[in-house]
Amino acid sequence: MNYGKSELLAYKVRRHALDMTSRGGTAHIGSIFSMADIVAVLYADVMNHDPKNPKWPQRDRMILSKGHAGAGIYAVLAECGYFPLSELETHCRNGSRLSGHVSHKGVPGVEASTGSLGQGLPMAMGMAMAAKMNGEKHRVYCIIGDGECDEGAVWETALIANQYQLDNFIVTVDFNKIQSLASVENTIKLEPLDQKWASFGWHVIRINGHDHAALHAAYDKAKAAMGQGKPIVVIADTIKGKGVSFMENDVLWHYRTARGEEYDAALKELEAHKP
Amino acid sequence: MRDTFTRCLQEEARRNPNLVLITGDLGFGVLFPYMKEFPDRFINAGISEQAMMSMAAGMALEGKTVVVYSIGNFPTLRCLEQIRNCCAYHEANVKIVCVGAGFVYGTLGMTHHATEDMSALRILPGVTVYAPADKVETEAVMARFLTEPGVAYLRIGRGGEPVFHDIEKIRGYQTGKAIPYCEGKDAYILTAGGILSSAVAAQKLLAERGWSIGVASFPTVKPIDAEYLAALCAKVPVLFTLEEHTIVGGFGGAVCEVVAGLPQNRARVVRIGMNDRYSSIVGDQAYLEAYYGLDGPGVADRAQAVLEGKA
Repeated sequence: MNYGKSELLAYKVRRHALDMTSRGGTAHIGSIFSMADIVAVLYADVMNHDPKNPKWPQRDRMILSKGHAGAGIYAVLAECGYFPLSELETHCRNGSRLSGHVSHKGVPGVEASTGSLGQGLPMAMGMAMAAKMNGEKHRVYCIIGDGECDEGAVWETALIANQYQLDNFIVTVDFNKIQSLASVENTIKLEPLDQKWASFGWHVIRINGHDHAALHAAYDKAKAAMGQGKPIVVIADTIKGKGVSFMENDVLWHYRTARGEEYDAALKELEAHKP
Repeated sequence: MRDTFTRCLQEEARRNPNLVLITGDLGFGVLFPYMKEFPDRFINAGISEQAMMSMAAGMALEGKTVVVYSIGNFPTLRCLEQIRNCCAYHEANVKIVCVGAGFVYGTLGMTHHATEDMSALRILPGVTVYAPADKVETEAVMARFLTEPGVAYLRIGRGGEPVFHDIEKIRGYQTGKAIPYCEGKDAYILTAGGILSSAVAAQKLLAERGWSIGVASFPTVKPIDAEYLAALCAKVPVLFTLEEHTIVGGFGGAVCEVVAGLPQNRARVVRIGMNDRYSSIVGDQAYLEAYYGLDGPGVADRAQAVLEGKA
């Protein structure tokens, strides 16, 4: 299979996110870059959705629970045609509807507002629960952060989704190994993360979250697991700041905004790897 | 009140196929009739109020009317931010029910005293707050609680409360309206919740002492009946607010906000309730009400001191 569509979309998400965070003077570019390939694969090739009909009842739902990476969702939605690309320029500007943490108010394609960690995931579970009750066939996708896994509500959700056999619920952990102040390892250890989810009764798939072939294969498996009575978690091993060498694996880029020479250097690197 | 709640819930569930009940592993016995009749529209989320509340919002966004049931502070303070972000901001049809208002679970200890919930829920934009006084008010309120769009909070007692109203007189109750119980010329005691019984007892005691006291119940704390409050202010010089709850930011606070904003004819508002403190004394509801001066004699004595200019 050719992954050109998703790889190009991932490049565009990173490209927009660089501009959006730079213009808006905002943070979290490292968190956006780590999940760029995941959202690109989901929106390009995995999810059933229709930008012309954002409320299409049969659409797959996607909730970004790590809402601080909202710019990545706005970028992918605009690229898909949910709203004009020009609106991305308003991100985090006064009077805009595109807040730093993702907001659904008036933004086509955003299913729910998030930003307080551990809340988007159980909201997504509610959507999956409702779909099950209604006998609907669509799936509910959700992306959570690794630091977010410190939240108790994540594990409450893990227990409930297992109990109710929500095999239409596909969660991806953007496991970039760095949280707000330091590495996950030096903050609240998560490993063995796959075993943790497995012990909660989930169907676990662990892959390199920047390998589009692996991502496609993971979501194919996740979809095929529907009907097996287990919620699915894709643990995507990722690199914080992926795509710009000096941002990669550096906690600084959880907060720092690329400006001036840093912006130019980041842009050059992204352009150099344009698919 | 609790049994009335479940009966009305079942009636509405028969009308509304999208109604779903979620409990936080509470409601033994109480919820059994609903569970038996609607097993496919019942979820026990276990003891996980935070995920439960967010999940309720997610289900509501998919078209469900989600009733979330628990006791004490569990469906409110424990998951307040989830109510704010997931439910209220999304204008989700989530209906939160707390059984155990005030000191209903008095002997169980401080953790089970719901004495700040009205304040906490009232400050959230888009959340309607109901605190019916008896099973008749509960029945009148339930029709609104379960059918009006958005997030609503219902605070009820356990059961066996005295009945003060005739359902025929308050059927068709409109959200936001006070229900006058009796008229008075010297002052009014305004209440929210089952503590109406203390107001009525105090009114009788004060009548014996020569005071003409009106009593009114506010089954809706938010939005509060500002029009009625303005009318009372034009009529009497003192309004007592009575709540089995903190006097900070709750029902009394809501009354103060309205009265302070009136351009003229402001009555003095005297708030009676828990005076910015927790209870660590062990006692049942009646004991704790008396201990904190929230029973009929306690309220009557406090009111009389105010009316005589001594407090």
